[in-house]
Amino acid sequence: MEKVSFDSWPGEVMGLVGDNGAGKSTLIKMISGVYVPEEGDIYWKGERINLTSPRNARELGIETIYQDLSLADNLEATANIFLGKELVKPILGGLLVILDKKTMFQKSKQILDQLEIEVDSVLTPVRDLSGGQRQSVAIARAIYWDAQLMIMDEPTAALGVKERNKVLDLVKALKNRGVSVIFISHNLLDIFAVTDRVVIMRRGIKAGEKITGKITEDEIIKMMIGSGL
Amino acid sequence: MIQISGVSINLFKPVLQFLLNRWILLILLGFVLIFSLLQPRFFSIYNFQNIGLHTTEVLILALGQTFVIISGGIDLSVGSVLGFSGITASLVMKTLWLNMYNPILSIGLGIIAGLTAGTVLGMMNGLLIVRLKVPPFIATLGMLGIARGGTYLLTAGASVVDLPPQLVILGSSKILGFLPIPILIALILAIVAHFLLSQTPFGRHTYAMGGSRRAASRAGIAIDKHTVLIYAFSGLLAAVSGVLVVARFVTGSPLAGANDELNSIAAVVIGGASLFGGTGNIFGSVAGALIIGVLLVGLIVVNVQPYWQMVAVGIILVLAVSVDQIRHRSKDEL
Repeated sequence: MEKVSFDSWPGEVMGLVGDNGAGKSTLIKMISGVYVPEEGDIYWKGERINLTSPRNARELGIETIYQDLSLADNLEATANIFLGKELVKPILGGLLVILDKKTMFQKSKQILDQLEIEVDSVLTPVRDLSGGQRQSVAIARAIYWDAQLMIMDEPTAALGVKERNKVLDLVKALKNRGVSVIFISHNLLDIFAVTDRVVIMRRGIKAGEKITGKITEDEIIKMMIGSGL
Repeated sequence: MIQISGVSINLFKPVLQFLLNRWILLILLGFVLIFSLLQPRFFSIYNFQNIGLHTTEVLILALGQTFVIISGGIDLSVGSVLGFSGITASLVMKTLWLNMYNPILSIGLGIIAGLTAGTVLGMMNGLLIVRLKVPPFIATLGMLGIARGGTYLLTAGASVVDLPPQLVILGSSKILGFLPIPILIALILAIVAHFLLSQTPFGRHTYAMGGSRRAASRAGIAIDKHTVLIYAFSGLLAAVSGVLVVARFVTGSPLAGANDELNSIAAVVIGGASLFGGTGNIFGSVAGALIIGVLLVGLIVVNVQPYWQMVAVGIILVLAVSVDQIRHRSKDEL
């Protein structure tokens, strides 16, 4: 990947498109602390930062929903929503700290209800839920942690129509809450449905950037696969 | 009379339900029943103490192994680390005591030396796995050889005798007249391990790592540090077991712990853990260790040839895993 620059703003959904191998995953992994860029700067709210780890990025408010959802299949929805940031309570007069399972259960039910997500049981292992439900748990996790920048990698892939629309509604709800969203998708219908701006990548470089309302599908595809075709 | 039978019928169903969900306990009770019928002397306080003592060796190893297996790894070195820690402890005890030190101090410092040795070996396992990226199976297999070899080198093959006789207090005295100290220690460790695994973020992160290392890492969990801690914990527990073995026999044997790693893994798997990681719990591992203990002692009590013990453990292991697979598969196919 080489010399890619872009900005992301609160309350704005930025689409990120590109063919396989264009560098979309690499780019977002740099923003979420998984990879460290060799050159260049990342600015967060006007300040230059060094993202050292995924934990570092999450602490700043950057949440990522990967294509594989990165859920722990053997754990239930509640455990996944709080994974890495479990709520704890002191016992024995503050000597020890244990999981506050009751509060986590209540809060996870709350957030799932708020997002109008129906999960049959917050206590079954996530591997027993449907694709859309798993996606919802992943989104609920990111929202619960008050993400300021939400990166979504192919959120509607492998979802049925109803569930796809639900995800697109959630993206719009995020936008209304002032969250900044980077939305990666192969599905140009989704891009036109929710994004304000779209950045097109091709073979590791930024091929173009336009306001969604002012670009056509053909133009996007042309930039994705290279001019001359 | 009618009232009494009414009560027993009401209790019967929920107890049966409880037992069926924990079919391992049924197997355990079944074994106790069978062996008691074959040899009434089996059902005695003395024999149960015997089983308890015998079982503590593997049970303590199984506690650490539970964490390791749930996290997606495996520790084949625990038997050798048990032996190495025991030898380290006994050599320190002997050296200090023979130089006219206080026997209690010699024992105390020997125990600290043994526990340190086990923890260090466990940490080395962890570091091999996270720094050099050696798969757990290979890393701990290597440590199995290194630790066992080290044990023979340290003792030139001989047992370490001339230990402070006060060790008998640790190894053989009984609390309240019937509970041997090693069993008490094993019980306390089991409760601590269960608490750690089920009630703390550390425990939950262990399950998460077993479910998906990627998910755990992306959630911000420090998986490398966590891995080293888990293997260090396993090494520490192996050392505790090693020290207790020395205390029970008042001898440090270079053979101590041989084959215990297989029994500890069998106990954890019989207890319901998957070797792929992500599932398992302390209750199950304790039950698994007890089944193996009951089986081994039971076979001796009914005079079956000792070599059948290894066959028996192997059969139980395969049966337990098969039954577990069938239960999980039928859930998936629904």
